[in-house]
Amino acid sequence: MDWLTYLVLPLIKIAIAIGSLLLGVMMMVLAERRVSAWLQDRHGPNRVGWHGMMQPMADGLKFIFKEDLIPGHVDKPIYLLAPLVILVPALMTWAVVPFGTTDPTQVPTLFGQPFKFQLSDLNIGILYILAITSLGVYGVVLGAWASNNKYSLLGGLRAAAQMISYELSLGLSLIGVLMISGSLKFSVIVAQQTDIWDWNIFRQFPAFLVFTIASFAETNRAPFDLAEAEQELVGGYHTEYSSLKFAIFFMAEYLHMIVGSAVNVSLFLGGWHLFGIENIHWAFSILIFCAKVTLFLFFYIWVRWTLPRFRYDQLMMLGWKVLLPIALINIVGTAIILAF
Amino acid sequence: MTTEDMVKTSARSKTEDMLNEYIPILILTITAALFAAINLVLSHLLGPRKSSRSKLSVYESGMKPRGDARHRFSIKFYLIAMVFIIFDIEVVFLYPWALIFRQYVAAGPFILIEMLVFIGILVLGYIYVWKKGGLTWD
Amino acid sequence: MFGAILWFAFPINKPGDTLLQNALFFVLGGVVVISALCVIYFRNPIYSALALVTALFAVAGLFIILEAYFVAAVQVIVYAGAIMVLFLFVIMLLNLGDEESLEDRLSWAKRVAVVIASLFFAEVFYITIKLVGSVNAPKVTSGQPVGDPKTIGELLFTKFLLPFEVASLILLAALIGVITLVHRRSDERSHTSSDT
Repeated sequence: MDWLTYLVLPLIKIAIAIGSLLLGVMMMVLAERRVSAWLQDRHGPNRVGWHGMMQPMADGLKFIFKEDLIPGHVDKPIYLLAPLVILVPALMTWAVVPFGTTDPTQVPTLFGQPFKFQLSDLNIGILYILAITSLGVYGVVLGAWASNNKYSLLGGLRAAAQMISYELSLGLSLIGVLMISGSLKFSVIVAQQTDIWDWNIFRQFPAFLVFTIASFAETNRAPFDLAEAEQELVGGYHTEYSSLKFAIFFMAEYLHMIVGSAVNVSLFLGGWHLFGIENIHWAFSILIFCAKVTLFLFFYIWVRWTLPRFRYDQLMMLGWKVLLPIALINIVGTAIILAF
Repeated sequence: MTTEDMVKTSARSKTEDMLNEYIPILILTITAALFAAINLVLSHLLGPRKSSRSKLSVYESGMKPRGDARHRFSIKFYLIAMVFIIFDIEVVFLYPWALIFRQYVAAGPFILIEMLVFIGILVLGYIYVWKKGGLTWD
Repeated sequence: MFGAILWFAFPINKPGDTLLQNALFFVLGGVVVISALCVIYFRNPIYSALALVTALFAVAGLFIILEAYFVAAVQVIVYAGAIMVLFLFVIMLLNLGDEESLEDRLSWAKRVAVVIASLFFAEVFYITIKLVGSVNAPKVTSGQPVGDPKTIGELLFTKFLLPFEVASLILLAALIGVITLVHRRSDERSHTSSDT
């Protein structure tokens, strides 16, 4: 056992990644409010700090010092467990995503060890993502059930049925990518997309479409936000949560968005590659990756404030009767093209 | 050392390298759980507590709460979950196939036919469920 | 089917285990045993289901230690991510808040369970005694680890092709079963017009 390689370096990576993810969440919360304001031709929060930059800090402090209320009718152990169960998977998905170059000749060294910008390059990479994603449903169901509130239960059930429905399309859409790459490792999949025309968005466009829509649905974002449709269900599964416990649900949703974008960028949009440059400096590779993720996140916000919400039967129909067949046809089509 | 031994040792170190890739995941799991737990404890310690009876009651948009939320719900959710399991297993079977597809298809389309039979049988089931209205939400 | 995969992804008597592997084996094994006991002893079925999820996770961890990576992933995706979600749905659907109401109906089932459980235990015991030291990982040409998804693909589409295709028929039968089960119910439901 080499403590430096297996303990110190991973801990540094985890600290950096979780730190930047949390910073990303704060920026996203602000960006969402500012961008939505801009799209609706109003100002948005612009008073705290320069152009409202300190607004997320103010919000965070407010969350911490709000009353920690545990309603009397809840199932206390599961009520407290649910935020934990929702946050841990959200914080774990990024582990296999390369957020910068992993080329051993390009990465910097730290304590004499190569510092790859990826926590671990698992041989089951994509399956790891799917496994962690499939756990997201627990936090929602448990929170909903433990709250013992009709709004929560209905929201949680809707969310659970929606998440498992779209998980199928999510898993199926990636098969086409796998057939081309022949590997579940993210490093291999990203390395194959060096040149812009090799990006999987061009080679596997139907898969990209299905994956993007399904990942929108997995994060319970508009136009798929039926679980917390505030006009009918107040807040859905987190109606009975307050203070930091509510903030955790909120944080998990934004984490899912950021990590979902990062996965999408790695699988379909070339990861940290741009313009087919082979030996890119590591600092630029991180910048390119972050820029792509930011653009994708802007797309998330744009969609939310543009499209109206689906009706529940439409949502289920889209998942089961549209996306699933598209994903299946894409697999068969890719197989036939590769075979002949 | 015979060549067979050398192959064995190289395969050995390769698998061990792979296993070591999982150590950071273990560390991450512990860190993430600690982070989440600290958040819960923080809100418990720092938040003020002034509870009253109406604060502790169920929120039903300001109306007086009626009954609890332990109701039975539509069988549709149950149906979706069961159909989901079956297709999820199908997806899981497709993964190892997709991984070796390119390698094997070079030797002939047999691997393609194998999977077309598998997918074909399940598509039959899918069409059956569709026709029976199992995928329609009413 | 999964049994066959599991069988070959499960090299017993493997040389060169590291200290961390051994330590993790005991930790995870302990978690499996304790959470399995919790499944039985918790009064509330939702708590039992959660304990079962914990046990399934620890088993996935054990699979990783045994280098059965694909099986570990499948364990989480299918068992924890799909089947246990259905379990939770069913528990909520039946609204099994109270265990007592079931007790008198289950007294005969207990006797049957004792017989089946002892048979199962005897079987596992026999297999373990018989196979310790005699099972070796199958030889794989690519030099990949045995539990690698690629190795499983190679075995699945050559040696185990027939069971694989039969699996699709079983899944088809399950699909038809689901529809038959639920359809009758939904006809009844239209008469009573329940809510939600």
